[in-house]
Amino acid sequence: MAEKQRKAVALISGGLDSMLAARVVMDQGVHVEGINFFTGFCVEGHTHAIRRRDRARPKRNNALWVAEQLGIRLHIVDIVEEYKQVLLHPRHGYGQNLNPCLDCKTFMVRKAYEWMREHGFDFIITGEVLGQRPMSQRRDTFPVVARESGVGDLLLRPLSAKLLPPTRPEREGWVDRERLYGFHGRTRKPQMALAARYGFRDYAQPAGGCCFLTDEQYAAKLADLWSARGRRDYDLDDILLLKVGRHLRPRPHLKLIVAREEGENRFLEGYRRRYTHLRTVSHPGPLVLVDGEADDDDLELAARIAARFSKGRAAPEVEVEAVPLGGEPRRLRVRPLPASEVRPEWYVERRGAGLLRRAAAG
Amino acid sequence: MARAVLDARNLLCPLPVIRTQDRIARMAPGDVLEVRATDPGALNDIPAWCRVSGHRVLEAREEGREVVVVIEVGDGAGG
Repeated sequence: MAEKQRKAVALISGGLDSMLAARVVMDQGVHVEGINFFTGFCVEGHTHAIRRRDRARPKRNNALWVAEQLGIRLHIVDIVEEYKQVLLHPRHGYGQNLNPCLDCKTFMVRKAYEWMREHGFDFIITGEVLGQRPMSQRRDTFPVVARESGVGDLLLRPLSAKLLPPTRPEREGWVDRERLYGFHGRTRKPQMALAARYGFRDYAQPAGGCCFLTDEQYAAKLADLWSARGRRDYDLDDILLLKVGRHLRPRPHLKLIVAREEGENRFLEGYRRRYTHLRTVSHPGPLVLVDGEADDDDLELAARIAARFSKGRAAPEVEVEAVPLGGEPRRLRVRPLPASEVRPEWYVERRGAGLLRRAAAG
Repeated sequence: MARAVLDARNLLCPLPVIRTQDRIARMAPGDVLEVRATDPGALNDIPAWCRVSGHRVLEAREEGREVVVVIEVGDGAGG
């Protein structure tokens, strides 16, 4: 070991790999603290918190859980605003859906590098494994992350280090390269064996990573949003709302967000002051938010759809309260839209999937 | 010892944790922060963050639809 205790900042996603990477380096006497980035697209406990039926399951923030298991501090950084540039203009393009994995990793490493310098730390750790992810974790893209983030050879990937050129922490003896690993490929077995050796249990193993942008349906909803607005932009509320409710677009300028159960109702209620919204009053039913400018005819259709998803769907007539944004509430008596008139293509996942396919082709 | 209240209502986790963290970074050891949130996840996440960051949770409870967490800032503030 070198004369003074070295300090490393570890990117902690909440998954197993970054947890192991941090632990492996801690084992060598290095002081490690964690950093976790919130992009707004993170798949975290909160989506479960919204839906009531998921509430029985224990909720937790996985990154915090990891930090607690490791006994390290965790710094959570809000990068929602800055992340827009990464998602909207990725230098290296997208993966399978709208996931800009290579630009994303580079951006996070760059932010960690800034933090490292500000706080007097010596190097950065990630849980990247060679060949694990098709876009960002490849032999030819590892140097891209190190170069474009500016971190250079202060980036240590303990789980694959033995397969990579020695980094400065290894060359200077801050860590012993011999006690690092040579994991590669998509198999999870070596990680699981190492986890067992450390006694880690109940760690998160999200399929497809921890980011909604790798999710086909989510990406399609986002593509629909951009297309309908005629510009690629979003704010935090937009991207949170895409995780909640049924999203139907019966007319190009008119999207309805329909709560599926009580937990979603409660969540959407928080948006009542910012959106035109409807709710059935003669029968129990969901809260419906309207995204877009709705005229009287649009509101009538929205009311019939709200009635369709209410307990009054079979009734001849349902009373709906509509509250236009900045306007007076009004009551409408409507005939619920028959199921046969709710067209499959209104569901924005379907419309967005077509847009994504065309974008990929062209 | 200063006492402050942080309104983290209508924010989804991890935002209440981030706001708590950023607020505490500007407080001194011994100060007390009361956080109010509506995401039920905050009831677990804020105390978890306090444990890893060296702050003491004086109270964590549900109050109607709100979550209230009262924290005494520890020596590790400013991180």
